[in-house]
Amino acid sequence: MTDDRRGTVEPRGTTDRPGLAVIGAGPAGLAAALAAAARGVQVTLVDAAPEAGGQFYRRPAAGLGARHPRALHHQWRTWERLRDGLAAHIEAGRVTHLTDHHVWCVERESGVLVVHALLGPEQEEPVVVRADAVVLATGGYEKVLPFPGWTLPGVVTAGGAQAMLKGGLVLPGRTAVVAGTGPLLMPVAVGLAAAGAKVAALVESADPRAFVRHARVLAAHPGKVAEGALYAAGLARHRIGVHVRHAVVEAHGTDRLEAVTVAALDTDGRVRDGSEWRVPCDSLAVGHGMLPHTDLAETLGCRLDGVNVAVDDEQRTDVPGVWAAGETTGIGGAVLSLAEGRIAGLSVAARLDSRAPEPSSYARPANTRAGLREFFAAVDNVCTPPAGWAERIGDDTLVCRCEEVPASAVREAVDELGAGDVRTVKLLTRAGMGWCQGRMCGPAVAGLAGCPTTPSRRPFARPVPLGVLAREPGESP
Amino acid sequence: MTPRTPMRLVRARPEPPFTVTFDDREIAVLPGQTIAAALWSVGVMSWRTTRGSGERRGVFCGIGVCFDCLLTVNGRPNQRACLVRAEPGDVIRTQEGTGHHD
Repeated sequence: MTDDRRGTVEPRGTTDRPGLAVIGAGPAGLAAALAAAARGVQVTLVDAAPEAGGQFYRRPAAGLGARHPRALHHQWRTWERLRDGLAAHIEAGRVTHLTDHHVWCVERESGVLVVHALLGPEQEEPVVVRADAVVLATGGYEKVLPFPGWTLPGVVTAGGAQAMLKGGLVLPGRTAVVAGTGPLLMPVAVGLAAAGAKVAALVESADPRAFVRHARVLAAHPGKVAEGALYAAGLARHRIGVHVRHAVVEAHGTDRLEAVTVAALDTDGRVRDGSEWRVPCDSLAVGHGMLPHTDLAETLGCRLDGVNVAVDDEQRTDVPGVWAAGETTGIGGAVLSLAEGRIAGLSVAARLDSRAPEPSSYARPANTRAGLREFFAAVDNVCTPPAGWAERIGDDTLVCRCEEVPASAVREAVDELGAGDVRTVKLLTRAGMGWCQGRMCGPAVAGLAGCPTTPSRRPFARPVPLGVLAREPGESP
Repeated sequence: MTPRTPMRLVRARPEPPFTVTFDDREIAVLPGQTIAAALWSVGVMSWRTTRGSGERRGVFCGIGVCFDCLLTVNGRPNQRACLVRAEPGDVIRTQEGTGHHD
């Protein structure tokens, strides 16, 4: 049964003034755009990448002539549906897809949402999109906790290694170690091996036996268990040694990575002294989970719940006209993002018509959403970094990569100068003041300061040229 | 047995390569590759030194968030190698420090 009303209603919005602007063309943004467009909403999809798909469906550039890109992907059929749906809506003039548009701010001006972007890759030319509603589908980025040697060339985030492989068809080296914690590590290890890297070890700090505590949740998600089994089979096929309840405690090398030290963790999750051994490798793909991009939501004044954008049942934030979907509302992967995006799109279409969406119209994605949120809450509970990781960061280990602030400076700010939060540490040490604006060091600084990771309240989501900021409001464009 | 490579995995038939220079050395780039991918494919893993201690850096996050992979492209410093696609004839340089005083 289809509830599409394609072509039967007057579009809400025009190409110049869309009913809906969707920020981000990953799974959540695409699902939102397609659901809204199918119900007569004129949509502008604004995305930083040259092509739709987001990080999850990142594909080799056309010039690379990949005839079998699905070899790097899971859920490729879903991508084909999204891709074809987007193409059909673009063809029909219902969706405008703005690629290479880096959104740095969204503001609300007398009921209208104003999206400010910079045209890439130079990111100097400003572009403005006005819409009646906005869906924030800005995704997330990887969290990496510091350890000695983590700034050496050859040490990359697990997601970064995957992105470079999916998009550029390149590997970080010949021999890789994949380490950290979380559901991303297995697909990254299998992907690197399938592409020809020797994966010397997969080092996961979590204890999978901890999932036993969540047996009911696992039993409710046979698909997720099967997915895990599939990756496990991939690990076995490529003869990748898996070390659970272990951690990479140091990376070695001078100008580039040469080896890592792996150590066992005891039952409390602490490094077991004397258990260390060295693994020669020229690349380390490391990650400790993910964090949502919430800058645009914060500037709009949307309420956050911890580090996530808070949304209601319809994926609405507490700011009128602003919806959020996908990782930005809580890390949970592509399938959850698709469900949330679809709900957001359906809700936007109804609300722009001044009516509430029929709960039955989104019962199925809502069901998926409830299940997967529960599943990823369990994952979050199990996949934690080693206990005491903050204490183990050596004094001379850089915490802030941009401003080159060592752990000793952060400790001094906390222990001697009384800093108790990330912001005060930043003011005292410059940690978090550099190019990345604390996205990389935030969790580590919070760990050292003994406070929870909090959103940073950045005025802009990315660096903006002064000339763009200096322009008078109303001045073109 | 032919070794596995990313190109073979996806059965790639790339368009003909073009050249760019990296620190005056000519390197071949496949159309569509970012500068970071082009450098990785010839084994170059770092192309920036930090302005404090002069540490070497390259790709870290790979998706434009961390700004560790900055370099100078056609005279413009602070370009993220993981985002910027290489164009024929690009003059790419290692970035020392802020990239504004070399």
